[in-house]
Amino acid sequence: MKRIIQIAVGLSLAATVGAAEVAPEAVEYSEYGEVAVSLSGTAGDPQNGIKVMTTRSKGNCIACHQVTDLQDYPFHGEVGPSLDGTGSRWEEAQLRGIVANAKHTFPDTVMPAFYKTTGFTRPGDAFTGKAGTEPLPPLLTAQEIEDVVAYLVTLKD
Amino acid sequence: MKKAALKTALGALAFVASGAFADEDASLVINGEIEIVTETAAAAHLDGALKTVYSGWVFRSDETQAMQADDFDNPGMLAVESAMATWATAEGTNGKSCADCHGDASETMTEVRATYPKWNEKAGELRTLGQQINACRETEMGAEPYKTDSAELLAMEALISSVGRGTTINVAIDGPVADIWAQGKELYYTRTGQLDLSCASCHEQNYGNMIRADHLSQGQINGFPTYRLNNAALNGVQGRFKGCVRDTRAETYAPNSPEFIALELYVASRGNGLSVEGPSVRN
Ligand code: HEC
Ligand code: HEC
Ligand code: HEC
Repeated sequence: MKRIIQIAVGLSLAATVGAAEVAPEAVEYSEYGEVAVSLSGTAGDPQNGIKVMTTRSKGNCIACHQVTDLQDYPFHGEVGPSLDGTGSRWEEAQLRGIVANAKHTFPDTVMPAFYKTTGFTRPGDAFTGKAGTEPLPPLLTAQEIEDVVAYLVTLKD
Repeated sequence: MKKAALKTALGALAFVASGAFADEDASLVINGEIEIVTETAAAAHLDGALKTVYSGWVFRSDETQAMQADDFDNPGMLAVESAMATWATAEGTNGKSCADCHGDASETMTEVRATYPKWNEKAGELRTLGQQINACRETEMGAEPYKTDSAELLAMEALISSVGRGTTINVAIDGPVADIWAQGKELYYTRTGQLDLSCASCHEQNYGNMIRADHLSQGQINGFPTYRLNNAALNGVQGRFKGCVRDTRAETYAPNSPEFIALELYVASRGNGLSVEGPSVRN
């Protein structure tokens, strides 16, 4: 039984790697911060996008952003703008760029880069306060970013 | 840059409109007699980065605010009481108590908290209040220094703060400490960790805004040591810094490191003009 599970896991890993996943340091941003190509090569799942955005240990996006559609989840912050209608304001490629590394779109923004692994000052090992070693794991995986983007494009005015 | 200024302006408008400062008009008078300045014009050395400085008290809920207004409701005052006993107890190889040299703390220590961290001429070093207390224990009393951020040390800091409540924070930033102050300022604005945030990202650009369930203050330290409802204990300045740096997913500095001492001096100076409040109550 254990063996079979291991083989199954192995297969699914192989499948993920097989799809054209773009590594964090290989992402190509346009002059305006857009990322045209899917990071995972697999279509995003908006339901999982909601989970990522509202989970503290994942995107924790609502810590900084108010989203009316997510009002069932508590504690929306005010550090960033409301994301209501963001899918009408931005194209998918731009949203992907903003979530992967918002600094290409808003140069001095306080919004963290969710798909970046090197180039930090005093990088830590998650929330331990101890030193971490670059490359750090990105805050979100390629697929999680695609899931979030798939949800953001649905937020129309 | 322009964008940031615009955003700040919008932020300011937004909180006036929504009344996020629930207690714009509330004022803090402790025990019906000690008047506390919780809002005042920012010191000139802030170069306009802030117009007005606010005590962290302003951003707390009505209930938390009320606890600080009466010593019987302020759990931090229990530590002050225990420190009063310590104050009068002889310890160490010299058989001296604090009181033997300093008399009644409520008479001799009233001007102390407002000026720390302070340059000690004889030792040729900048000292936090905690370091000064420990220097007296080691060199004047022949006693063991208290551990950093230990309950005993924070209680003694709370005693010395409590007798200075209402005095105006007035930390010197020039002369022998000018370089250390500049280092502290640089640290304040350095973005750290995987979240790439500086103290200013949260406490200068976003005070008054909610971040998740927390109402962001200016991160002032005039209220330290603070009794936090979160951990039901007194908390020291640098322990708080450590938590904030850790939350940026960064490698923190150690309490009493040169970096945190410099940062403490700088942050203290951002509160010049506010009142000494410690032990304050925060969540
Ligand atoms: C630390 C706070 C913070 C966090 C956490 C955060 N953001 Fe942001 N975000 C901002 C700020 C501030 C801006 C405004 C950009 C600027 O700085 O000018 C912004 C802008 C945006 C925008 C553009 C808004 C618009 O419609 O114009 C999107 C989309 C966005 N964020 C999505 C997200 C997502 C998705 C997450 C979680 C994966 C997230 N943010 C996490 C602070 C944050
Ligand atoms: C033997 C005498 C002696 C004892 C006992 C003593 N101190 Fe001191 N203390 C001094 C002297 C002398 C100074 C000033 C010298 C200096 O600048 O270092 C001082 C300075 C201080 C200061 C700084 C005052 C200021 O204006 O900056 C504080 C605070 C202080 N002591 C606290 C304590 C505490 C708390 C205790 C007990 C744990 C204590 N001292 C025990 C002699 C003593
Ligand atoms: C991600 C946002 C964030 C960053 C970055 C941050 N803090 Fe904080 N800090 C908070 C929150 C949230 C609180 C609790 C609510 C409040 O008082 O603002 C807090 C509280 C504090 C307090 C307690 C204030 C009081 O009245 O008791 C101090 C002091 C403080 N921070 C200092 C700092 C310093 C110094 C830095 C930079 C090393 C820093 N913070 C970085 C979010 C942050």
